[in-house]
Amino acid sequence: MTRGKEGDRPDNAKPEPQPRGASHKGNRPIDQAEAAERFLAAPRHQQQHDTRLWTLRQRRDDQMWAMPEWEEMRSLASAIKEHTLSHLDTYLEMFEANATANGVVVHWVKDAAEHNAIVLDLLQRRGAKTLIKSKSMLTEECGLRADLAKAGVEVVETDLGERIQQLDDEDPSHVVVPAVHKLRTDVAKVFAATIGSDPDNHDPPYLAGAQRDATRPLILNAEAGMTGANFLVAETGAVVVCTNEGNADLCANIPRLHIVSVGIEKLVPRTEDLAIFVRMLSRSALGSPITQYTSHFRGPRQGGEMHVVLVDNGRSERLGMPEFWTSLKCIRCGACMNTCPVYRRSGGLSYGATYSGPIGLIIDPSFNARKYSNLPFASTLNGSCTNVCPVKINIHEQIYAWRKVLVRQHETPFVKRAAMKAAGALFARPAMYRAAVERTNDALANLPRFVIYNGMNAWGKNREMPRPPAETFHQWYARNRGGRR
Amino acid sequence: MKIGLFIPCFIDAFFPEAGIATLQLLERFDLNVVYPTDQTCCGQPMANSGFETDASGAEALFVRNFEGFDYIVGPSGSCVHHIRHHFTAVEQTPAVREIRSRSYELVEFLHDILEVDAFPWARFPHKVGLHNSCGTLRGLRHANASELREPHFSKPESLLRKVEGLELVTASRPDECCGFGGLFSVVNESVSAKMGSDKVRDFAQAKADYIVSADSSCLMHQHGCAERDTVAIKFIHIAQILNGAVA
Repeated sequence: MTRGKEGDRPDNAKPEPQPRGASHKGNRPIDQAEAAERFLAAPRHQQQHDTRLWTLRQRRDDQMWAMPEWEEMRSLASAIKEHTLSHLDTYLEMFEANATANGVVVHWVKDAAEHNAIVLDLLQRRGAKTLIKSKSMLTEECGLRADLAKAGVEVVETDLGERIQQLDDEDPSHVVVPAVHKLRTDVAKVFAATIGSDPDNHDPPYLAGAQRDATRPLILNAEAGMTGANFLVAETGAVVVCTNEGNADLCANIPRLHIVSVGIEKLVPRTEDLAIFVRMLSRSALGSPITQYTSHFRGPRQGGEMHVVLVDNGRSERLGMPEFWTSLKCIRCGACMNTCPVYRRSGGLSYGATYSGPIGLIIDPSFNARKYSNLPFASTLNGSCTNVCPVKINIHEQIYAWRKVLVRQHETPFVKRAAMKAAGALFARPAMYRAAVERTNDALANLPRFVIYNGMNAWGKNREMPRPPAETFHQWYARNRGGRR
Repeated sequence: MKIGLFIPCFIDAFFPEAGIATLQLLERFDLNVVYPTDQTCCGQPMANSGFETDASGAEALFVRNFEGFDYIVGPSGSCVHHIRHHFTAVEQTPAVREIRSRSYELVEFLHDILEVDAFPWARFPHKVGLHNSCGTLRGLRHANASELREPHFSKPESLLRKVEGLELVTASRPDECCGFGGLFSVVNESVSAKMGSDKVRDFAQAKADYIVSADSSCLMHQHGCAERDTVAIKFIHIAQILNGAVA
């Protein structure tokens, strides 16, 4: 089987259609494995995806080696987050008081519906029909764009990758690089169909320029702007946003109204804590020392309004889960995705959820245990995610813990339950087990039934089976060391 | 020193040569090695899949088989990782805790407990790529992990360097998981196989004649991928090399 050396070579190869993500069937479990298989069936996409993300991982390693205090920084970042999360009520109120004193209006919302309603209300009261926004995973989580579109508000994403995904009507596939699963030719196709660029020109500067030309007038004329936030500083009431494109600054400063949507876990107590997090964020995410823009918004611009919407949407509940609360430490750097060998070969859209990759496996089931019941199984438990995490979330241990929870809640297929029960029973009974192994010389025909349950066909699809030996260890031992117990 | 020899189920059935080499190697150090014949499995396949209660019978049996040994030694990192870190389907009595802490994977037993400084019987004049399973690398900490800012160390490497003629070669992504992952290998078949193929190719481009590991499960998976992809590379358990296997 020949796999292309470099994925993105449109000139000397036939076009390869872009593989699409997991299909959604109401509340039925997302079949990540099926979507990943389709991604793998598009080798140029898969290869480029793997290479790009692995490059980010390597750059991250270079940054790590350039910073002698790296592991100490991880410990500090983790400790600050754990402290903040265990005093969250205090810090949230401190933030509210300070932000209010700065002239910011603070709103508290409990879920996605309430969030979208309050944003719509803010817009409608001011007659705003256009909203420019910077990238925010929280608004993806809340399904904000769809709700605003229904109410006749035009939303324009200003982050390049996020804009590509919006124009292609796809979710972001990665928290930092939302269109990383696409080839340049895919982007050229999307832009040609939506903003009228040349379909045959897939030169990145040309594409970025075309998008800029198309979007800039929308930005300049927008009636409202929205950003997310990377950090909220409790002691000052400041909102901190890190971008590489400066687009958050446009969203915050051009329109009269600036709305910040932010999850309640994004707090840090003090400004000086940013000295840890700002240093860790971009190094972990992209392997660059810092983002091009790190903007601190402390109040409305002159003549404008600034609103901060503090969103819970399941976070308080997760904070109360002893095995999973530390997932709230996440700063959304995406390092776990970049390093994850499964993610790199599956594509982020295969997870069918707002959050993909390792962090998604442990967050998504807390939103909907049934729909995302397969996700914690889409892992080899290799632990690389845990090691790269800048805030030391024990991601792979939480994946393992989620499996147990999902089995307890019967969110696993019947055939797997039955197979595991049978395997467990057999392994508990040495005589039965031995008979099963040695009943026939052909161990191959026998053993995998309980070692790898009924998956023989799946094993053999892309791999050869191990050949059964002439005798088992047990038989050899009896023959050579028998009676020496 | 009384050693309980733990031969995991799939080694018993598919890779007896790894079990035999482990036994013979341990016997070279004048240890009293006993193989409890009623052993089956450590419980890992069920527990790793979330079915911890279904692992309790296997774990209870493991405890009955391995009570009273000075050390329990097995040639499989992932199984020993399960015993040490996840063996919680049975009540944590003092005996259970004792067994868990006395369980060693072969490499760490040779390196940390026996502190073996030579394998004069071993000669292996080949280029060898070392595959550390994720259970040994990040679970049992056989070696430094490339994601962490820590000094280089590698227990299997330091043992292999004592074998005459053996030349170690390094893959470009040495710590990348090979994609076996137990049930993952069948439930997420396509990703698993792709990871295995990539792993094998990585070793092949490093010009390895052999891939060696302390985990036969990873080797079984990679071997299957190599055969299907017709990549000419051979597979061997580290116990066989250290016991003086002749290739």
